[in-house]
Amino acid sequence: MDLLTPELGLFFWTLIAFLAVFMILKKFAWKPILESLGEREKGIAESIATAERVKAEMSQLKSENEKLLVQAREERTTMLKEAKDMKDRMINDAKEQAKVEANKIIIDAQQQITQQKNAALTEVKNEVGKMALDVAERILRKQLNAAEGQEAYMKMLAEDIKLN
Amino acid sequence: MSCKRLFSLFILVFGLSGVVNSTFAQSAENHENAPAEAAAPAHEEKKGINITELVFGHVSDSHEWHLFSLKKENGEERPVAFPLPIIVYAHGGLKVFSASHFEEWHKDADGKSISNEHDGLYIEKHMKEKILAVDGSKVYDFSITKNVLSMLIGVALLLWAMTSAAKKYKANTAPKGFQNGLEVIIIFIRDEVARPNLGSKYTRFMPLLLTIFFFIWINNLLGLLPGGANFTGNIAVTACLALVAFVVMMANSNKHFWGHLLNPPNVPFLVKCLLVLIEVMSLCIKPVALMIRLFANMLAGHIVILSVICLIFIFALLNVYVGGGFVIVSLAFSIFMFMLELLVAVIQAFIFANLTAVFIGQAMEGDHSEEHGHGAAAH
Repeated sequence: MDLLTPELGLFFWTLIAFLAVFMILKKFAWKPILESLGEREKGIAESIATAERVKAEMSQLKSENEKLLVQAREERTTMLKEAKDMKDRMINDAKEQAKVEANKIIIDAQQQITQQKNAALTEVKNEVGKMALDVAERILRKQLNAAEGQEAYMKMLAEDIKLN
Repeated sequence: MSCKRLFSLFILVFGLSGVVNSTFAQSAENHENAPAEAAAPAHEEKKGINITELVFGHVSDSHEWHLFSLKKENGEERPVAFPLPIIVYAHGGLKVFSASHFEEWHKDADGKSISNEHDGLYIEKHMKEKILAVDGSKVYDFSITKNVLSMLIGVALLLWAMTSAAKKYKANTAPKGFQNGLEVIIIFIRDEVARPNLGSKYTRFMPLLLTIFFFIWINNLLGLLPGGANFTGNIAVTACLALVAFVVMMANSNKHFWGHLLNPPNVPFLVKCLLVLIEVMSLCIKPVALMIRLFANMLAGHIVILSVICLIFIFALLNVYVGGGFVIVSLAFSIFMFMLELLVAVIQAFIFANLTAVFIGQAMEGDHSEEHGHGAAAH
């Protein structure tokens, strides 16, 4: 059968052309294409891994944020409480101090009043004593103007001395 | 996309030729598409078409690229064809000249077409064209025949398409258009052909498998063009490709493979003899199977399409109206066949690449200690 006997020329040219195409395409087409395909696939895989990692990090961050928020809220509550306590304490302290101060003022006032009263009393006493002496002097002078008055007085003085 | 365009072109050309032929069929010497026929003297065949010659003239190789025949006023047919360069080693020397030197044809007693003599050589055309020496000495024909030229066109297309696609990868942008389509095929070959059959060493064979696949595919498609050559349906071509596959397979075979082949373990002596015989035979059959499969598939497809088209002319010879009516049937069937051939073109290319991978995989399997020792021929 003619069709089944291969022609030498066609075989020869096919072999040369095929090998040439193989060499050229291997160097200039398949190598760059396959390399960049591999690189791209690697890049995609890496991107997916990175995205996963970022996602995990994000969720971790979120939970941390929530934790922080809860903590902050607690802190705020305690701070508020402390502030309130302090305010109360300060008011109480102020009140106490005011009371003490007022008491002190009252006591001072009372002391001063007592002092001045005493001073006034002493003055009054002195004044009264002076006035009494004055009166007595005048009386004595009047009585002693007469002889019998002197005598009587001397008697009285003598009696006083005796009594002592 | 380009397939679609190809296809509509095919329909157009065959549709036109069908209509034209059925209209002028009664004038008997209507032998379009038939180089052998066209060259034959008109008076020899009055009312018949030699279908065998017509079909085989189309599927076999030729030293000219025949397009169509014009009829002169005196009834003689003049073929319109490109003569191709003839390169032969004959009479102890290399001869290069144009095929247009063989221009006068006559039929011999066996029905073979014989050309005029040029430089001690002549062409004998029966089912196949052969360049013979007048003195009967051996002629080695290295001509750029129709098939070789078709292959060169295919190769040029392949180189252009692939290198231009590869350039886009350097730009490192998102793939688009042709590059995208190409990528799908390359990834398919890698993931469905190379990886499952060749395991971890698949990268080394990717260039070979890709080249085999695209080389066969593009030439299959070019063969489907109207007026195209039946390149992949030629046994010399498939033999060459099968030889390449076989050489790579042998270069990558390991001790484990040969050990199992020549000395199967745990087998009685007599059975062993038989087994080794069968194994050696099966080894030789592998490239032969590769060769025959592609050859037979492409040849059969071409012959069926041609035969269906020829039906128009056969019926037209009976009656012009029958022939005209049969154009529809014949066209419908040839459109169907053409679709099928488009599918076969890619399937056969895939099968060839896949079987090459399978055979290489078989030759390398089992032993993992010699991973770096072989495979120089694969590069």
